[in-house]
Amino acid sequence: MDQTEIPKLGTSRELSETEIYALLDDLSVGVQSNLISVLQRVQDRLGYLPAQAIRQISLRTRIPLSRVYGVVSFYAQFYTTPHGRHTVRVCRGTACHVKGGEKVLNSIKRKLGIDENESTANLKYYLEAVACLGTCFLAPVMMIDHQYFGELTPKAVDTILDNYGTGK
Amino acid sequence: MGEQITLKIDNVEVEATRGATILQAAAGAGIDIPHLCYSSNWKLPPTSSCRLCLVEVQGAKSLVTACSHPAEAGMVVRTDTDQLRHHRRLIVELLLSDHPHDCLTCENAGKCELQRYAYELGVKAPRFLCEEVATEPVQDGPAIVYDRSKCILCGRCVDMCHDVQVNGAIDYYGRGYDTRISLPQGLTRDQSCCVECGNCVNVCPTGALIAAAAQGAGRTWDLRRVQTICPYCGCGCTIMLNVRDGRIIETTVDPSLGVNKGLLCVKGRFGMDFIGHGQRLTEPLIRRDSELRPASWDEALEFVAGRLSAIKERFGPDTVAGLSSAKCTNEENYVLQKFVRAVVGTNNVDHCARLCHASTVAGLARAFGSGAMTNSIEDFDLTDCIFVIGSNTTECHPIIGSAIKRAAVQRNIPLIVADPRTIELSECASVHLRHKSGTDVALINAMIHVIITEGLADEAFIANRTEGFEDLRKAVEPYTPELAEMITGVAAADIIRAARLYASAPAASIVYSMGITQHTTGTDNVLSLANLAMLTGNVGKPGAGVNPLRGQNNVQGACDMGALPNVYSGYQSVEDQSVRRKFEQAWGVTLPAKAGLTVVEMINAADDGRLKALYLMGENPMLSDPDVNHVEQSLRKLDLLVVQDIFLSETAQLADVVLPAAGFAEKDGTFTNTERRVQRVRKAVEPPGLARDDWQIVCQLARRMGYEMAYDSASAIQDEIASLTPSYGGITYDRLERGPLQWPCPTADHPGTAYLHKDRFARGLGKFHPVEFIAPRELPDEQYPFLLSTGRILQHFHTGTMSRRSAVLDTLVPVGVMEIHPGDADRLSVADGDTVRVSSRRGQIELPARLTDRVSPGTLFLAFHYREAPANRLTIAALDPVAKIPEFKVCAVRVEACR
Repeated sequence: MDQTEIPKLGTSRELSETEIYALLDDLSVGVQSNLISVLQRVQDRLGYLPAQAIRQISLRTRIPLSRVYGVVSFYAQFYTTPHGRHTVRVCRGTACHVKGGEKVLNSIKRKLGIDENESTANLKYYLEAVACLGTCFLAPVMMIDHQYFGELTPKAVDTILDNYGTGK
Repeated sequence: MGEQITLKIDNVEVEATRGATILQAAAGAGIDIPHLCYSSNWKLPPTSSCRLCLVEVQGAKSLVTACSHPAEAGMVVRTDTDQLRHHRRLIVELLLSDHPHDCLTCENAGKCELQRYAYELGVKAPRFLCEEVATEPVQDGPAIVYDRSKCILCGRCVDMCHDVQVNGAIDYYGRGYDTRISLPQGLTRDQSCCVECGNCVNVCPTGALIAAAAQGAGRTWDLRRVQTICPYCGCGCTIMLNVRDGRIIETTVDPSLGVNKGLLCVKGRFGMDFIGHGQRLTEPLIRRDSELRPASWDEALEFVAGRLSAIKERFGPDTVAGLSSAKCTNEENYVLQKFVRAVVGTNNVDHCARLCHASTVAGLARAFGSGAMTNSIEDFDLTDCIFVIGSNTTECHPIIGSAIKRAAVQRNIPLIVADPRTIELSECASVHLRHKSGTDVALINAMIHVIITEGLADEAFIANRTEGFEDLRKAVEPYTPELAEMITGVAAADIIRAARLYASAPAASIVYSMGITQHTTGTDNVLSLANLAMLTGNVGKPGAGVNPLRGQNNVQGACDMGALPNVYSGYQSVEDQSVRRKFEQAWGVTLPAKAGLTVVEMINAADDGRLKALYLMGENPMLSDPDVNHVEQSLRKLDLLVVQDIFLSETAQLADVVLPAAGFAEKDGTFTNTERRVQRVRKAVEPPGLARDDWQIVCQLARRMGYEMAYDSASAIQDEIASLTPSYGGITYDRLERGPLQWPCPTADHPGTAYLHKDRFARGLGKFHPVEFIAPRELPDEQYPFLLSTGRILQHFHTGTMSRRSAVLDTLVPVGVMEIHPGDADRLSVADGDTVRVSSRRGQIELPARLTDRVSPGTLFLAFHYREAPANRLTIAALDPVAKIPEFKVCAVRVEACR
């Protein structure tokens, strides 16, 4: 199969039927597939679950579309709209709050130009505020994907966000 | 019946079958355990989510859910203790915490299960007042309203939709407080796979799902419920008409009654409002100065009697013909054919079965000795393989369609679908044979070839129960899968796979309908299916058989009653002297010995002047017959056209006299469904104006023509039928009151027959008929390059006389469309929704195109329901030589974009 047909992570444009077919072929989606794992893998590749992909998954697995949507809407991990490739989780727990967590959150919002639960226009980041990241000794703290960043200041945040994922 | 166990529930010794749940065991002993999410009526799987059915089991660590916990021998259960009541009260209070307290105006008050438990548990003012779910009821489409604020998320509707109806249109959506029942995100009802059957409405315990049309029309205590039979397709579903002030408000079901076991389709549930439609005929009409004008019954009947007698006198009885109706009751069909034979004195009587299953009657009678569905609808629950060919079952016989889907999806048995189109069933099939229209014989012969070559035939059955196998073996020898692939377009490997699946199942069922019968080779097609079934021993046992699905509510009955030109009731030949003598004696007249004209032959005879008068009861040949331009021209040549109907149909508009008849809900009688089940039809409302029962009109006419024909009631007619018809011999209204009977039911103590040909075929030995492939009469050519098939859709019925006058059904699908493959449309520069002109050698129509790959390239599909675009202007009146059925499924047409 022609690998170039498979859409790349974080595509924001409408995907063609052929591209979705190629991706689902690549993931061998069929009647035997496990729905949740298929959804996770498709989202890993696309950053979110576009409607056409959900419809195709339903057809190939022969699981009714309503049920696929039921699963997608039940789990917080699934997104049906284009979604930033990297998720920024900012802690709003007590310790972080005392150490200026709110200021950190506000500066991230300003820097990225988005509110909580939104993605940046270039789909690089998605922003979430969470109750606690369990690393109070690093307060104020945030995570980007699986990486922790502690003892933050509004200024530090700028640099981190500029450089994240660029290899610097 | 499994092993019996004994347990103690509320100090009562209770017997139960091992495997039964505590709730079922208790119900068997008349102990009702409260429950909301579980519904025993529809065999929904228990989900144990509402927690209302918790009971105490001695020795158990905690309370258990009675709906899912198996009853065990020696168990001691308590279902009603202070602790349980306290606990149940809490559950109801929690459910009511965000549920509107508007029972005063709720549609469902009186039948609401939540209201009932609140009452029984003494829940007065709710204890926990949360914020109510502030959403307005949503009506998406004409039929169903969902009020999320009243939804208790019990999930019954979801289970019904996924597990019983097997459509899977709705499911839970979201999580936590936001959870609701929803179609797939972003889809409206008509974009989704929802078929608007409303079975979800029926299982909803509260007022969250209701029928839109019944809003404000009365609540359960205002309505009178009358049990009768649905007037649409041949499934023969039992329905309850909910009546208030002489008007049908809503159709509901009783899950313990009927073949449908509580399920209905969109037509059965929402399509009954035609009965109260303002266009119903309310008085007789006579054509004067070229216009139909109101007349009294006396005038109209005197006029018809006088004209019919004069024509009979002057030109002879064979210049008169009667068309009976597959929509009318058995009694009415019997009376009409008796009128034509005994009063007019001709065998020129037929009805629209000629257009749908004449080839079944002819073919199966030759092969087996009886031309009806061999097995029962219930058999789909126990068959091991289903082969559906030429039947779009989910649209044309929705209740049987659901049963087939349940077998394929829930029980996972092999489903083989042979259909030129992609249909709902092909999407859950193990193999879809997408053969070219009209190549059925080649396909089936190749399956037979494979079964014989691979040694999969049932040799004992062939040796003991059949004759003529050697002829068949020789005939199918050339039909290798490779040859069939060339003829049918189906890959040889798929044919082999289908043959193996079918032949290796212990009991395999063949289901077919008009894709098989409506061909010039219709009888041949039926014979090949009979060959296939006998070859594998699949006749005369449960779960097997050859199962033609009859189209109309009473087309089986109309045939059984002898509304056919060659037989009296019970398929007794008019040419058999002893039979004729029996009827002559009973009716007190001399009867004609020569078989009469069939439907299309009548039209041709009208055209060339051999037929002078046509008496029509509830038929609409102006839309239903092939080549309707020719039909119109012929009907206009008649000296007398009398139409008895409930509406001024396209045919009635041409009539000299129109007689207003009572509809199905306005009379008593019986219908016989597709599986030979004779069922009672009951009067629920009065007919409008002067309209009368069809049988009464015909009897009054007979008397005016000098023949004494009078019955006290429909029941008296059935008694006469029973006395003359061996297969109906044991059927009386008294017995039918206790439940339906499947014929043959020859005597008063005979229980009826669930499946035919057990141990012995009706004709003795089953007969194999070698059949050769013959191509359809008119195939595409340069001038008319497309192959056109006609058929039906889910939301409409036949010529639309009823369904087009149902607000819900006509809103759902108001216009007919022509299905065309996107590639073909592209070449013709036709976009989806564009109006196209479709023409054949016989006529043309204009209608919108729908681009879909459900049809193959080069083929088109049209439904024939629409008077605005009558598909039968295009079809060809080429007939099967044996059964005289027209080839509705294949003709050649041309398509142009209208600019």
